[in-house]
Amino acid sequence: MADLKIAPIGGHAAQANHVLAGHNAIARNVAQPLDLGWVQGVRVNLSAAERRVATLPGRRTVKKDAQAAWLLKAITCIDLTTLNGDDTTERVKRLCAKAKAPVRADLLEALGMADRGLTTGAICVYHRFVAIAVEALAGSGIPVAAVSTGFPAGLIPHDLKLKEIEASVKDGAQEIDIVITREHVLTGNWQALYDEMRDFRAACGQAHVKAILATGDLKTLRNVARASLVCMMAGADFIKTSTGKESVNATLAVTLIMIRMIREYQERTGFKIGYKPAGGISAAKDVLNYQFLMKEELGREWLEPNLFRIGASSLLADIERQLEHHVTGRYSAYNRHAAG
Amino acid sequence: MSVARYFDEMSYGPAPEADGEARAWLKRYESGFGHFIGGKFVQPAAGVHFDAMDPATGKKLGRVAQGDAADVDAAVAAARKAQGPWAKLPGHARARHLYALARAVQRHARLFAVIEALDNGKPVRETRDIDVPLVARHFYYHAGWAQLQATELADQVPVGVVGQIIPWNFPLLMLAWKVAPALAFGNTVVLKPAEFTPLTALLFAEIAAAAGLPAGVLNVVTGDGSTGAAIVGHSGVDKIAFTGSSEVGKLIRAQTAGSGKSLTLELGGKSPFIVFDDADIDGAIEGVVDAIWFNQGQVCCAGSRLLVQEGIADKFHARLKRRMSNLRVGNPLDKAIDMGAIVAPVQLERIKSLVATGVAEGAELFQPEIDLPAGGCFYPPTLLAHVQTAATVAREEIFGPVLVSMTFRTPDEAVMLANNTRYGLSASIWSETIGLALDIAPKLQAGVVWINATNLFDAAVGFGGYRESGYGREGGKEGAYEYLKPKAWVGRKARVAAELPEAQEKVAGFDLPDLDRTAKLFVGGKQARPDGNYSRAVLSPKGVRLGEVGEGNRKDIRNAVAAARGAEGWSKATSHNRAQILYYMAENLSARADEFAGRVAAMTGASKAKSAAEVEASVGRLFAYGAWADKFEGSVHAPPLRGVALAMNEPIGVVGIVCPDEAPLLSFISLLAPVIAMGNRAVIVPSERHPLAATDFYQVLETSDVPAGVVNIVTGAAKDLAKTLADHDDVDAIWAFSTKEIATLAEKLSVGNLKRVLTDHGLLTDWFDQTAAEGPILLRHAVQVKNIWIPYGE
Repeated sequence: MADLKIAPIGGHAAQANHVLAGHNAIARNVAQPLDLGWVQGVRVNLSAAERRVATLPGRRTVKKDAQAAWLLKAITCIDLTTLNGDDTTERVKRLCAKAKAPVRADLLEALGMADRGLTTGAICVYHRFVAIAVEALAGSGIPVAAVSTGFPAGLIPHDLKLKEIEASVKDGAQEIDIVITREHVLTGNWQALYDEMRDFRAACGQAHVKAILATGDLKTLRNVARASLVCMMAGADFIKTSTGKESVNATLAVTLIMIRMIREYQERTGFKIGYKPAGGISAAKDVLNYQFLMKEELGREWLEPNLFRIGASSLLADIERQLEHHVTGRYSAYNRHAAG
Repeated sequence: MSVARYFDEMSYGPAPEADGEARAWLKRYESGFGHFIGGKFVQPAAGVHFDAMDPATGKKLGRVAQGDAADVDAAVAAARKAQGPWAKLPGHARARHLYALARAVQRHARLFAVIEALDNGKPVRETRDIDVPLVARHFYYHAGWAQLQATELADQVPVGVVGQIIPWNFPLLMLAWKVAPALAFGNTVVLKPAEFTPLTALLFAEIAAAAGLPAGVLNVVTGDGSTGAAIVGHSGVDKIAFTGSSEVGKLIRAQTAGSGKSLTLELGGKSPFIVFDDADIDGAIEGVVDAIWFNQGQVCCAGSRLLVQEGIADKFHARLKRRMSNLRVGNPLDKAIDMGAIVAPVQLERIKSLVATGVAEGAELFQPEIDLPAGGCFYPPTLLAHVQTAATVAREEIFGPVLVSMTFRTPDEAVMLANNTRYGLSASIWSETIGLALDIAPKLQAGVVWINATNLFDAAVGFGGYRESGYGREGGKEGAYEYLKPKAWVGRKARVAAELPEAQEKVAGFDLPDLDRTAKLFVGGKQARPDGNYSRAVLSPKGVRLGEVGEGNRKDIRNAVAAARGAEGWSKATSHNRAQILYYMAENLSARADEFAGRVAAMTGASKAKSAAEVEASVGRLFAYGAWADKFEGSVHAPPLRGVALAMNEPIGVVGIVCPDEAPLLSFISLLAPVIAMGNRAVIVPSERHPLAATDFYQVLETSDVPAGVVNIVTGAAKDLAKTLADHDDVDAIWAFSTKEIATLAEKLSVGNLKRVLTDHGLLTDWFDQTAAEGPILLRHAVQVKNIWIPYGE
């Protein structure tokens, strides 16, 4: 562990809000040799995993002020995302504005949170819009994440993937969300997956890399667990469920297995890897369950944006409505909150 | 606490379930609950009430009637009056009633859940998400049985008036497990909820009445142990169904001995939770949480003995401790907790004292540093590691949130340790290797086995124990028979012993004498002289001495049981193999039909034709059980999950059989054949008066490839031999078809190890009647059902 580098992911100003001393400062993952014995030794029982996630919402809940706080925390973890074929410069700018001011000022005031400089965790766009987003977010400290490596299918030539990463980093992306080649997992070619991931990490340089497993394509939790381990061994800073384009995106069961692998990786190597569920988390009550799972399985530390992100586009709007309800006692409407 | 502070701490904060409706209901009965008898609440005859307490706060919830003999009398009378009309209702009508109860439970689900949490101390999450939905499911499922009873269980009739005594750990769920099948099959009920937790039973009674259940069909009498004893001792009760401690279960067995009451007991356990090194460890750890910290560990089938394969033990324990540190103990009505309160101070003290004993005996104690609510009966999740098999905490049921752990090296050792207990309720196996898991499941002495799961319950799947965890099943078709009795056995008359003849003096002449034959005992595949070396004469009805048989004694029974225990291979033999041997016995008996007919005729004085018919019937019976050997199969239940539950018919083990005097060959065969067909090993005491057909039968056994020890025959005084068999802790079941006195004695003495008892209560069986003496009617008692839950998925 000679080359431990202290590099908080993102590093934007909002992180000053995190009062737990020093918890932003985590050692960046250092790639490990591919340990096939470890990968093959993984055991996952689907029914047991399903029972765990099915009972969790009954075991943990937050109400009133606690709920408002947890939802505000969730906002700080959102990678506010637009990944559509009709994205344009102005669309991205609007999203960036929302990232800087995700909640109406009067609500933050009422919640006693006006002084926290609350922002989303990042903005997540295609490479084409990285520079625009970086400019729009200048001075806010909000990092820009770029999806990359032939997102979402990940089937462009390997050298082009590396070039795409480099281009986004050059444009100012501080985070790169790569997609893995699913074939490597589906055929059990762990060496190829490891090599690919190691190259992606190298191409990212100082930018943090999130490995998108496309869990909906991998089908089994065993595949998910093994792919998670291999990507972490190859240097991923975050592991992420989905592109949002697969037929099944983030689920609590997949989350459970991925974060258990994060825990196991930490047990063995000491490195803390971040987790990002993406796709399908659009309701405030859903995001709370993800937060409970993070806290229960990984601990308090994994509720902060340096170790937890949520890839979402419409979640924020629902949280805003819930926060307004908390403040006023009346149910809110979307049109009362600025569109993102 | 402010939003900002929560934002920084990210703690959970309180999440209380509203209890306004529940408090309003309690307030309505502020002056004191009555018993529910004959369709309405009536105040106790003696006017005595006791307090129902909230264990989380120690505060009073209400005043509950203390039932006495007069109250029980009234309840039994109401149940008796209703039973005839209730049983006569068409199944469809009873189905409608049960369906209405299921719907009513669902309509009042939250009220039940909240009151249950208040009364018992368990988390409202459990009452809301587990107990109450299972209650509704139980009534739906049994509504279905009521509907189908006439066609699917046509050879059965209701038992009658059933006394049901239920425990405090799942008050409403145990009510459902008892009441739903009882009512479905045409019985009426006198139910006594536990003294600590009577409230949901009273609410249920109120709601049942509102749902239109006829008066007297369900009666609820509240009270303490003395109230339960009054129900158990009541002559107007036909059956007792009890769930509770093994101690009380044994008392009930002894108290009901000879009364003719049928009995099901669902008692304690010390269930193993076995984790192999190829398990999903994190999955298994969540399993442990569900096994021992569900309902604060106050669960009869709690996985309380953790057995971990040595190679992963350190890793497993480390992760388990981490997981324990995340458990939250809190107010039962808090919706963000894992554990609530222990039911009562006395139980809390018992847990504390057993844990102290465990530590004193060398266990390593771990309790996480988590907050417990102040006041109330709370106890932290507890692990006692490195426990030895001899330790008190490894052998005694703690009934609290206390896990004990030990390690094993091989699958064989896991099985040995798992079975090293006098209990046998449930077991949990964790392995991702299908061959291993499915190999271990049948080897465990447990009525319920969960593979990669724990504490799964469903109305379609029978629940109940092996060994001292009790007998009878609740749920599934196997549970239906607990509330039914065979039509063919109704109206049996008392067996009358024939007058003993005067022994005739025989004056020997100078003819060529008969060649002397010495009938010995048959033990371990060999003819053995009786230990005492005494003989007893066998006389014809006219008093002519037909021969002599050995006078078996205690030691002969001991030797026979040891031989039977040793013949374990028979229980593992294929059913095809057992069938072959039964057919072969029939073949060899048939070859000597004349000789046996002569013997029967000489002993009983029956006509030649009748005796020949008895031999023929015996041959047929052996054939019948040869046929059944590979056809009395288990079933596959379909509980609502992705997976199956295999209901396997397993042999009970060593079965003692005491035969009657009538039809001495046919009754002997009729009792022996079902027992061995199902893989049990038998120690059989033939007719005391007419034993020679049985002793002649050795040669049939010897020529039929019956393995040594499978059938052991001990002749002698039936009562003495029955006593030793009933007393013997290594005999797993006793079938007493003899005098009422022997039946009573068998029931009474069976408490030592809670062996299964089947008796005719001294009533005469017509052994020639196939409906009364052949097939499932007896086979059901020759097996115990093990349900193996196999959730699956990748």
